[in-house]
Amino acid sequence: MSTATVTRRPTTQAAAAKARRRLTAGRVVLYVFVTLTALAWLFPVVWALLNSFRDYNYTSVHGYVSLGGFTLQNYVNAWEQGEFTRHFLNSLIITVPAVLLTLFLASCVAFVVARFSFRFNLVLLGLFTAANLLPQQALLIPLYRAYREIPLPLWMSDSGQLLDSYWGLILVNTAFQCGFCAFVLSNYMKALPHEMFEAARVDGAGVPTQFFRITLPLCRPALAALATLQVTWIYNEFFWATVLMQSGDKFPITSSLNNLRGQFFTDYNLLSAGSILVAIPVLIVFFVLQKQFVAGLTLGSTKG
Amino acid sequence: MTDLPTVPATAAKAAPRRAGGRVRVTGTDRIFLILMVAIPTIMVLAWVWLPAIASVVLSFASWTGVGGLDTIKWIGTENYVNVFTNYPPFAPALRHNLIWLAFLFVLPTLFGIFLAVLLDRELRGTRFYQSALFLPVVLSLALIGFIWQLIYSRDQGVLNAVLGTQIDWYGDSRWNLWAVLVAAGWRHTGYIMLLYLAGLKGVDPSLREAAAVDGASPVRTFFSVVFPVMRPINIIIIVVTVIEALRAFDIVWVINKGTNGLELISTLVTANVVGEASRIGFGSALATIMLVISLVFITIFLSTVMRGEQR
Repeated sequence: MSTATVTRRPTTQAAAAKARRRLTAGRVVLYVFVTLTALAWLFPVVWALLNSFRDYNYTSVHGYVSLGGFTLQNYVNAWEQGEFTRHFLNSLIITVPAVLLTLFLASCVAFVVARFSFRFNLVLLGLFTAANLLPQQALLIPLYRAYREIPLPLWMSDSGQLLDSYWGLILVNTAFQCGFCAFVLSNYMKALPHEMFEAARVDGAGVPTQFFRITLPLCRPALAALATLQVTWIYNEFFWATVLMQSGDKFPITSSLNNLRGQFFTDYNLLSAGSILVAIPVLIVFFVLQKQFVAGLTLGSTKG
Repeated sequence: MTDLPTVPATAAKAAPRRAGGRVRVTGTDRIFLILMVAIPTIMVLAWVWLPAIASVVLSFASWTGVGGLDTIKWIGTENYVNVFTNYPPFAPALRHNLIWLAFLFVLPTLFGIFLAVLLDRELRGTRFYQSALFLPVVLSLALIGFIWQLIYSRDQGVLNAVLGTQIDWYGDSRWNLWAVLVAAGWRHTGYIMLLYLAGLKGVDPSLREAAAVDGASPVRTFFSVVFPVMRPINIIIIVVTVIEALRAFDIVWVINKGTNGLELISTLVTANVVGEASRIGFGSALATIMLVISLVFITIFLSTVMRGEQR
């Protein structure tokens, strides 16, 4: 890729300089540069996509730079060998409740922080956001021990404890993501028109009404953006699931990659298909909800 | 995942001052408000801050983790002495974390900023360019480790085919750290580009117009006008990069569990706890070292953000 940049740039620049004015020559270089960069950035995923449709026997004979041997069999094999039905289901069981709980709890804190000027608001927000930035490994040891000690009834967890249970994972994800959401939501809520709440209070609306009927509906855009972001992040979460789950059949899809390495790294077409399958949910986010995702990441900074 | 939630620094500036002042709350409303704050706070304390404190406390102990708390032996700073003098993987791990940090800074972070500045110039098809760079951001680092195996594999990888070499990029301890860094940097670049671009869009256009009227070149305008105004975002990006380098874990763990040239502090902590021989006190000492480093940068980060808040 980089060699292409070097060889192509001067020729286009020279040609453009002749044809147009100086200023546009610069823009041509700019276009060539960003186009090549963009293509280079897409390459690994496109390469995986291409190889996922190739037959292993065909490519091992003809090499990867060849045509033919197209098949869907890799996807079937990857799905079966990786037990993807179960792992996708696990991801769903963990991600959906975790995202809903995170958004609800974060909205609660944000509402209080934004609407009432308590003196400890900044402290509270600091406590929440800092929690979000700590390296998880620094908290692993006590948390792991505690999870082993906390019993759960068998109908909640077949391991009989918080370790190796969906509950444990949902809760740890919620605790970690709350801070960021609370911060973004509180900024969003502060910008809501104050008069609306005055009017509601004059009408005798209590805190629950102000929260559920007025604030939450108004926060819908922010909540949608954060939900997109959180679904992606919790789906992609690797560390906690790796250490807090014990039985292989309970791993969500991202941390199940740990166990697939041995099988997949020997057959690269299988590896490609498996990777694409794991990427599908986030690729949907990428293609369909990109605006929401970016808005979530940069929420607030665009308002200023 | 290890994704760093980034808190927008300029966000709070736009918030209007609250009119009125203190709001009186009584009866059930009061109970509601208390619950709304208390439940999430207790959760964050129980899952994040208590374990953090416990890590520090346990770092002064010797404990196998088996049996009750009364089997803990307190041994002072011995664990720390051991970490620094008597634990061969620590030095490489620390070095790898520092290389990780330096690499992220020199290449992906600066390149991401550079791309953001380029894409801010109202290019045609800018959506396409932004999307392409943004693609790796939605992928988990564990999955990125898998995808790049297609490029790094010894026998069938693209890289060896292009270079005509026979290197096992993930397996050879001379190369694997750099191979992993390129893959991680692929994602980091897009992330920084997004953050910086959002920041640039928030810069008052009249500043740039004024600079242009004064005859400043675009380069000069960026360094003398735009860059200083972007100070909060610059600090956030520095902190994001530092914390990302400190928290690096997923990609290394999925490749070889952080061994053979890919040791990181985070993998050492994990290996000391979930591995065969669990050395709680020793692992906690490593964890505390991580904690202290990260708290320094979190403090810088929060004071930047909060200053924005009060303005």
